[in-house]
Amino acid sequence: MAVKAPQIVPVWRNFKDLLEWEQLHQTRPESDKHSDLFLSLTEGIHNFPGGFAVTTVADAFLNWARKSSVWPVTFGLACCAIEMMATFASRFDVERLGMVPWASPRHADLMIVSGTVTIKMAPMLKRIYDQMPDPKWAVSMGSCANSGGPFRHGYHVVKGVDRVIPVDVYVPGCPPPPESLLNGLLLLQDQIAHFRRTGTRAEPTPKVD
Amino acid sequence: MTVDQARTLIAERFSGAQTAGDSPMVVTVPADVWAPFARFAKETLGCGFFSFLSAVDWKEEGLEVVAKVDNVDDKLSLLLKTRLGPGVSACASLIGVYRGADWMERECYDMFGIHFEGHPDLRRILLGDDWEGHPLLKSYAVDTPHPPYR
Repeated sequence: MAVKAPQIVPVWRNFKDLLEWEQLHQTRPESDKHSDLFLSLTEGIHNFPGGFAVTTVADAFLNWARKSSVWPVTFGLACCAIEMMATFASRFDVERLGMVPWASPRHADLMIVSGTVTIKMAPMLKRIYDQMPDPKWAVSMGSCANSGGPFRHGYHVVKGVDRVIPVDVYVPGCPPPPESLLNGLLLLQDQIAHFRRTGTRAEPTPKVD
Repeated sequence: MTVDQARTLIAERFSGAQTAGDSPMVVTVPADVWAPFARFAKETLGCGFFSFLSAVDWKEEGLEVVAKVDNVDDKLSLLLKTRLGPGVSACASLIGVYRGADWMERECYDMFGIHFEGHPDLRRILLGDDWEGHPLLKSYAVDTPHPPYR
């Protein structure tokens, strides 16, 4: 009697590869991106006489909640990652700002792009960014991530990570010391605190120390 | 095997080869004896250690392939050079002599577009498969666009 081999069906079944499976499960349809009904509702409450008190208080509360627990994903690309690790460690300690470095993009709110983004790395970076749940932010750390830096005239470097993902705060330096990065993170918290009308981004406030 | 002995042996076997210097001894050979000379360097001169293989783009004068092989027992190191000539991008492969030449020649193909004849698996090693051009050639424009990131 012949033993029948068990048929192993992969989790992604008919999909070509994991990437396709992820795209189906993680990218939301366009119509889901901004709930127009929710937006018009909040707009209506805001324009109702006295209604601004409700929306601004709700905004302030949600912004406070968001900015008090920005979890950066542990994502190091190059030498800037060393400074980022120093910022995460005990001496500079970002946990007092409510930031917990988290080793999974699916639970994180912030991506610190610390280092050179090569053309080969850019699709992976985009993929990790796409895995993070909304609302999410990105900090570009160091000259390489800002503009390509010393490798700007190389053939293999993306000339600024903002060509791949949207960036909220740029931290200059090569590499930026932990103090610089901390200042950038505080600026980011300031930006988050000034979000307006639940879900709509405010103009970033230039803050010069 | 001293440097002088090696120099005499090379002069006896390969009349077209020019030698210069001691450490490393620079040996410039014609392109058609590239692989035979490597075999001679390994078997007769005892250079069993294959350090690296790369290339230089001399613009109008064409490409030059450079390889360094060492005899670690006798502290003899050879820097092998050959000019491919203007417009030529084909060279004999050293895989039959040194197995370590495999990835080096793939990298050389990747960066300079040199086709190594006899290489079993000549494809890109560092850059992506969809990359256009060979970036270490002098004729390559560094601002070549790579959509969607440029």
